[in-house]
Amino acid sequence: MPDLHSLSEILLSRPNKPVELLALMQLIQAKYRYLPEEALRELASYLKLPLSRVFAVAGFYKALSLTPKGEKLVKVCCGTACHLKGARQIQGALEEKLKIKLGETGADGKLSLESVNCVGACALAPVVMIDETVFGKTTPKNIGELPLLT
Amino acid sequence: MRLDSPAGLKDFKESLLAAPQGQSIWVCGGPGCLAAGSQVVFEALQYEAFKRELGHKVAYRVELTGCLGLCERGPLVECSPQGFFYEKVSSNDAPEIIDKTLMKGILVERLVTNPQKPNKEHLPFYEPQNRLIMRRFGQSSPGNFDDYIRTGGYEALCLAFELGPIKTSKRVEDSGLRGRGGGGFPTGLKWQALREAKGSPRYILANGDEGDPGAFMNRSLMEGDPFSIIEGLTIGAFALGASQGYIYVRHEYPLSVLRLKNAIEEAEDRGLLGKDILGTGFDFHLLIVEGGGAFVCGESTALMASIEGREGIPRVKYVRSTEAGLWEKPTILQNVETWANIPLIVLNGPDWFKSIGAPQNPGTKVFSLVGEVRNTGLVELPLGTKVSTLVNQVGGGVHKGRKFKAIQSGGPSGGCLPESALSLPLDFDNLTKAGAMMGSGGLIIMDDLSCMVDVARYFTGFLVEESCGKCAPCREALPLFHKILMDLTTGKGQKGDTDFLESQAKTLSTTALCGLGQSAANPILSTIKYFRQEYLEHEEGYCRSGRCQDMYFPKIDSEACKACGACQKSCPTSAIEGKKKEPRLVLVSKCISCGSCLKSCPFCAISAQRRPNA
Ligand SMILES: Cc1cc2nc3c(=O)[nH]c(=O)nc-3n(C[C@H](O)[C@H](O)[C@H](O)COP(=O)(O)O)c2cc1C
Ligand code: FES
Repeated sequence: MPDLHSLSEILLSRPNKPVELLALMQLIQAKYRYLPEEALRELASYLKLPLSRVFAVAGFYKALSLTPKGEKLVKVCCGTACHLKGARQIQGALEEKLKIKLGETGADGKLSLESVNCVGACALAPVVMIDETVFGKTTPKNIGELPLLT
Repeated sequence: MRLDSPAGLKDFKESLLAAPQGQSIWVCGGPGCLAAGSQVVFEALQYEAFKRELGHKVAYRVELTGCLGLCERGPLVECSPQGFFYEKVSSNDAPEIIDKTLMKGILVERLVTNPQKPNKEHLPFYEPQNRLIMRRFGQSSPGNFDDYIRTGGYEALCLAFELGPIKTSKRVEDSGLRGRGGGGFPTGLKWQALREAKGSPRYILANGDEGDPGAFMNRSLMEGDPFSIIEGLTIGAFALGASQGYIYVRHEYPLSVLRLKNAIEEAEDRGLLGKDILGTGFDFHLLIVEGGGAFVCGESTALMASIEGREGIPRVKYVRSTEAGLWEKPTILQNVETWANIPLIVLNGPDWFKSIGAPQNPGTKVFSLVGEVRNTGLVELPLGTKVSTLVNQVGGGVHKGRKFKAIQSGGPSGGCLPESALSLPLDFDNLTKAGAMMGSGGLIIMDDLSCMVDVARYFTGFLVEESCGKCAPCREALPLFHKILMDLTTGKGQKGDTDFLESQAKTLSTTALCGLGQSAANPILSTIKYFRQEYLEHEEGYCRSGRCQDMYFPKIDSEACKACGACQKSCPTSAIEGKKKEPRLVLVSKCISCGSCLKSCPFCAISAQRRPNA
């Protein structure tokens, strides 16, 4: 059970209207790296929405997660440009290097490996994004040297 | 300072123009250059200027600006007023740029392609372009309100206040502008419908979801000139009687969200958003909604559901959004680039707009050009430009020795067109007729190492993930197609797969609920239409492009091989042998057909051969 100390602060940062649902979930996700069930219950009562609606939205959007994500997010771009330029090989090399499969989080909770459908840096495909930093022209060989991975 | 009248805004602009401009160094802050390290270059330039205490001596600026376009050769730097265009700049170049260009206005020759013609307009990449939407990239700092005003910003809104709502709307209706978000629907029809619709409040929405993978036009626009979108929306709200608007931005674009947020706050402070805009009594509020990472949310009804705080699931469009959209109220949704066209059209008039581009397809369109061309980047061309101009001149053609195979447009809803498409004019109607779609402007060039069946499998796999599952045709058919395509690309294909796919794909187009499903078959249908032979070969277990694993052997042409050893270095299983200065050989027993060597050969001497059993 995570420490939900700052939850009320997050909730009160936006008006309690149903239209704020997605925005509030994104704030909660950013803070805890997932949507703890308790937080969703609080959120539902704050916005006066049925819990079912809150869970439906939580399950629908890829950016939201019901299980904790790693402290660092490593995203392999699988957009069209990156796919053509060998994103699959990059993915394989990353899986090997990080010892987790795509979609998984390491046992120590430090890292998650995910795919993303284009980060808008297609001219430099294939691309890997670590948190908010984009690395272009990656190869299975140079991937090990990415500064944030070592 | 709050501007409280159109006349005040005009005075303000004049005061800005009167101030000396001095030397400016614009560092590209577009997505490509940022990923190539332009932030570091920018900081180095600032630091060098600061170190020389230039601030006390001359008027100068070192700033990040919107995407300069030629991402392939980034990080890019443009210097005004001379227009020097520096390519592949690194932080090591910073001292020289400051000493020569910033302090003395002299060219750093080694950073330009041609020292005789150091401006970007002379490069083949830029020559056919007409940068209207992108006109401020290289002339202004994205969130800088003063820059926006100096370059003519908000003049169109002032004119709209003078013209009044109906005449303003008429300008847009008469311009022939078509939506830049995908379908090319006439924008004027939507404006007219909303103008005539009953009910209030009404909503003005901008679609910045840019869901097509492999495209970054909208991102570059939101990050490069956020005010132009905001001004477009404000004009729309004034002309169409709305007082609330939303910009829906893709989750993966945190910088776009930030730039738009800052721009909205700035516009509010200056009296150009919020209550009583420019003292005219007109109110308009604008909010940003960040998406949740779902492709289908780019679809209009799903987008509205998402703004309302629900799952982004489309509904059947019995009623148009202009009658009952967001919260069942009259609503207009346009792509961000469509909105950025509005100030230009209102200010310069419909006839001016129609003089650019092609009949029925007026204006320019921003395209992101990626894939296997020499010059990848962001380009803005008049509609109707020949595809060959785009591929061969702007893009510089495919890489040396390779052959052009296809151009893909329209993302997952679009299609792949073969070499014959090079003679087509690039516009909404011609692309649709050929079996592709303009989409939002992502263009992907493929060469002979790209496998068309693999491309169809890729897009179908993408759509399986992104289908919301509401309607049965889309939910059930796409996974089936994906399985067949998966089989075809892994050597498990069967005779007849192609025909089956083709007939079923046609059914999907006519039965799906929303645009996602209706167009989901396009990647399959267009590749079968133009590259049927490749499909049939896949049924037999052969991939001629050397893309699908275990479906070919690499063969080195001993005549063409120059014994450079590049393939040997690239091979992960040491399956390539050969002595110094002798042609290389592939050891079939060790080869895992990963394709590395085919891509690595600078002389294109390696080809994908049929396996004996295929
Ligand atoms: C599955 C799907 C995804 C879409 N994604 C986008 C998108 O990312 N951006 C966009 O502007 N329009 C997208 N559209 C088109 C919108 O539904 C809508 O037509 C468009 O935003 C209208 O703006 P326009 O008239 O300026 O083109 C998508 C449509 C479908 C069916
Ligand atoms: S396809 Fe990878 S960044 Fe666009």
